[in-house]
This record gives sequence, structure tokens and C-alpha cells, in this order.
Amino acid sequence: MLKKINQIQKLSYKIRRIILDISYNCGEPSHIGGALSIVEILSTIYSYFDIRINKPLDRFILSKGHGFLALLSVLHCKGFVKKKDLLRFQKNESEFIAHPIMNKSIGIETSNGSLGQGLSFGVGLAISYKRKNKDNSIIVVVGDGECYEGSLWEAAITATEQNLNNLYVVVDCNGYQNDGSINKMMSYGEMKKKWKGFGWNINSCDGHNISALISAFKKKSKSKPTAIIAKTTKGKGVNFMENNNDWHHGRLTKELYLQSIKSINLD
Amino acid sequence: MNFNSTNANQWSRMGPRAMFGKFMLDIAKKNKKLIVLSADLGRSSGLARFKIEFPNQYISIGISEQNLIGVAAGLADEGYKVFVTSFAPFLSMRASEQIRMNLGYMKHGVNLVALGSGLSMGFLGNSHFGLEDIAIMRTIPNLNITCPADCSELGKVLNDYAFNDRGPSYIRLTGIPGSEKVYEKNYKYKFGKNMTLSKGDDILILSHGSILGQIKLSLKSLKKMKISAELVNVVSLKPIDESVTKIISKFKKVITIEEHTTVGGLGSIIAEKILKYKIKTELHSFSLPDKFGPTAKYNHLLKYHGLDANGITKKIIKLLKKI
Repeated sequence: MLKKINQIQKLSYKIRRIILDISYNCGEPSHIGGALSIVEILSTIYSYFDIRINKPLDRFILSKGHGFLALLSVLHCKGFVKKKDLLRFQKNESEFIAHPIMNKSIGIETSNGSLGQGLSFGVGLAISYKRKNKDNSIIVVVGDGECYEGSLWEAAITATEQNLNNLYVVVDCNGYQNDGSINKMMSYGEMKKKWKGFGWNINSCDGHNISALISAFKKKSKSKPTAIIAKTTKGKGVNFMENNNDWHHGRLTKELYLQSIKSINLD
Repeated sequence: MNFNSTNANQWSRMGPRAMFGKFMLDIAKKNKKLIVLSADLGRSSGLARFKIEFPNQYISIGISEQNLIGVAAGLADEGYKVFVTSFAPFLSMRASEQIRMNLGYMKHGVNLVALGSGLSMGFLGNSHFGLEDIAIMRTIPNLNITCPADCSELGKVLNDYAFNDRGPSYIRLTGIPGSEKVYEKNYKYKFGKNMTLSKGDDILILSHGSILGQIKLSLKSLKKMKISAELVNVVSLKPIDESVTKIISKFKKVITIEEHTTVGGLGSIIAEKILKYKIKTELHSFSLPDKFGPTAKYNHLLKYHGLDANGITKKIIKLLKKI
């Protein structure tokens, strides 16, 4: 187990490094803060679950599409995306932009960018899996700011009505939205109450603690979908980005890039 | 489906919503991959029996149209043949962006069945009318828009979508129980193709949906006055059958008639074609005004807007006098 956790930690470092590399390489502002907050969540999901391109088993949907830098990086680490393609991120006419564009051949399940839509799609997949007696899981990552979208709660209701115990939602509670701190009714504490109130099995944890994340995924319910309320830090790992919402969508200069690499190496 | 005169009359009496449910029953018997979803309008879609006979092929989603589309797309992604139902504005407007993302952008082959479009919701009023749905839906890339003329054509359209891979679609149901049937005889429906309903020389009429029944009645009156009109059912608004431009070129005047706002419907589609191909034909559009009108029984509303047989006849006579 310890070995596994170490591997996931190493993977997390690699993902963080790629996020910074390709973000710097594009020379444009990109969504770095919200990608860094979900690094451990994604490295754990892609290690704990069996996510494949051909004959899909477990399925991952990034509903908070602006976390795409993290997804793209993990897809590269899994061997689905080539290194030379990574360098196309946010270059003119590239298919790798600020938000995912569906491409099943490299493991991108959905096109996203418009918030509050990924969970409904995940519910559709989870219902399909149940009908086919397929014993795999559907995992959807949403942002805390995204939870203001009403359509997300519509999906949350259907998930419990359909007893989708094969469905996970991971809420990245990094405490920030585009305009700054998250409003008080969508705080970490309130978030737990809301998902519980909607009838979900709730596991809350430190979203950067890999063993805590694994435990949270293991604590499934027999009949309910599971919401993992993950407390995270926006910009995690880069000292000058942590809890600094300027990095929700920011541009790395050479100096800042070098500083950021130094920072993740120290971490 | 068994098309004969008795059935066609019966289907017409039952109306498009009840017949949608009936046709789905027949399709479910043959297609085990079929799943029908509704945002709490199963009963209004004639699906009461379907729910009893095929409980595993029906999912009640609750009044959550945005969610309905995402769930449908997830099911379609897993290989199911998915039909969803709700009233026209609740699909085309409430869930517009979900349709854009899941059906347009990601091309998930979900079939949207827009109930009670046009003015057919009568006393339920403008909140329930499908006045602008074509205009909105047709701006979304990759989405087919199909508007059956009567219940027998609805059956053909549903079978075509159920047993072929046509991609995402918006199927627009207009008319009420008892609306005039348009097709008297059996015919071969072809996806994306117009159907010429009558040949004529004096004027060309292009239309879609149940209003074609009123136009056919109008043509009978016009014939008595020695006015011969060519009538084409533009059942597919997207993709549009490009052969329509050739037909338009043959006439001095073309009229589009539709139960939709004057903004963005068939009239606009034809105007775009006329401009693009520099066709000399004069275009007239009989449609609903760009405003929220009164609420009344369906047939009263058609009359109010001059879209009943008599109103159409009068407008055509007026138009031809100007030649």
C-alpha cells in the first residue's frame, strides 16, 4: 500500500511539473490554479481505477473543464497523449485548449467548459452500466464554484433516485471561484451538508492526501452514489500561487516558471 | 407500421402525442436498445402504456430538462437508442445549451421529441408554445430538425430515426387530436428529402408540420377558383433538401407557411437560399408575428393568425391579385 501511495505521489509530482511546463510553453494565460488543486485527485483516480481507452471499464469525466491542464497531463502520464502533442496546448487551432474537447481515442470522454453538465452525463453512463451489469465505476470531478449550477443538483437527484452506487462525484473544494473566494453558502462545511441533504453517501477528506483519497473511494455505499468532498488548495504546490486567485487564469513568464519549478521541487 | 386509410384516420383522431407513444410501443418490441426518457411528461407523450409494458425501457427523470439531456447523452454514448420528450420550449430553450454541448458539439445521437410545438398547447399559453424553437435549434451544428406533417408521417419519421443512425435530432410535433391528415395514401419517406404533395403552376407553397392539413384544404378552395398551387412538404428543415432551390426557380412567387415566428424558421431558411443562389422568385412568408399573442383554443388561434384554411386562401388570393 505504501509503495502504491509513493507511486501516486511521484505521479502527482510529474503531473504538476507537466502542468507548469505546458502552461509556460503556450505563452498564454491558462487555468493553472484549479488544475493544481486536483492533481492528487486525478493521480489517485487514474491509479486506483481501471481507466482505459479501448473497451472502457471505469470512466472519468472532468466536469470542471477548466481543470483540463491536469487531465491532459495525467493522460500523458498514462501514455494516451504523446509528448509532442502536449506542446500543442493552447497553440492556434490545437485540439488542446482551455477546456477538454471529446476525443475517445486519447481518453477524453466529454467536451466541457460549460459548467454543471458533466454529472448528468455521468449519471447516463452509470445507468447504462447498471443495465449492462457492468461492475465498474463512473467518476466525475466538479468544482466548488461549479456547484452553484442548478443543473448539477438536478443530476444529483437523479443519481439517488436511480440508486447509482457505481457513481462518484469528487468536489474540488479549493475555496475559490473566478471572482475570488467562494461565497459562504458553498463553503467546505456547507458543501458536505448539501450533498448529504441530497441523499448521497458522503466522504470528506484532504484532497491532497492520497491515502485519505483512496480510503474515501473505498467507502462506498450499497445503494447510494458517493460524494467525496475534497478540501484542496487552489494553486497547490507552487508557493506564490497557493490561495492566490490571480492564478485562476494566469500567464507564466520565464522567471515565474523557474520559480514555480523550484517551488514544486521543494514541496 | 401499417399504413391504410382506416389507420391514418384513426391516428389523426388520436393526435401526434398519443401516436408518439403508440409508435414507440411498436418500436420497443423490435429494438431492445430503445430507451425513452421524459422530464415528467410521459403521460403527455402518450407513454402511459409504454411505461407498463416496457418498464425497463422507460426512465422518468423528473422536471429537469437540462439534466434530461445530459443523462440521455450518457446513455447514447453507451449504445442505447434514446428518445427524450418534453414540451418544445422546455427542450429548445431550457435545455438549449445542454443540447448544444451534448448533441451538437459531442454529436451524441439523442432524439429530442418536442411535444406541443407551434400553437397546439392552446389554453396553456405562450409559456408552453413552440414559437421560436426552429430558429433556436437550427443554429446548433449537427442537429437534424424534422417536422412531420401528420401522424402517419410521424410514424415514418420515428421508425427512420429508431432503426438508422441519423445523428442527433429535434423532432417537432404540431397539431392536436383531430388535426387534418395530410397523407391519404402510403408513400416512401426518405430522410432529408422534401415531398411534393401537389403539382401546380400559379404559385409555390413550402410548408412543414400539421399546418399542411389546412393548406391542403385551402388548395381545394383555390382549385375551384382555377388557382393551381404546387405544395411541397419541407419535412426536414435541417438538413434542408437542396433540390428546393430548383423548384423555387420555376415560380414567380413562393410562400412559406408555418406555425412558427417569422424570425428564423422556414421563411428565413428559404430567404437565405434565395439570396445565396440569386433566385429571382418573390418570397412571401405566412407565419406567426414576432410577439406574444393571445391564448385560445388551437383552431381559434390558427384562425386568429390567418393560418386556418380560410385565412390561407384569402391571403393567397390577395397575393395573386398583385401579379
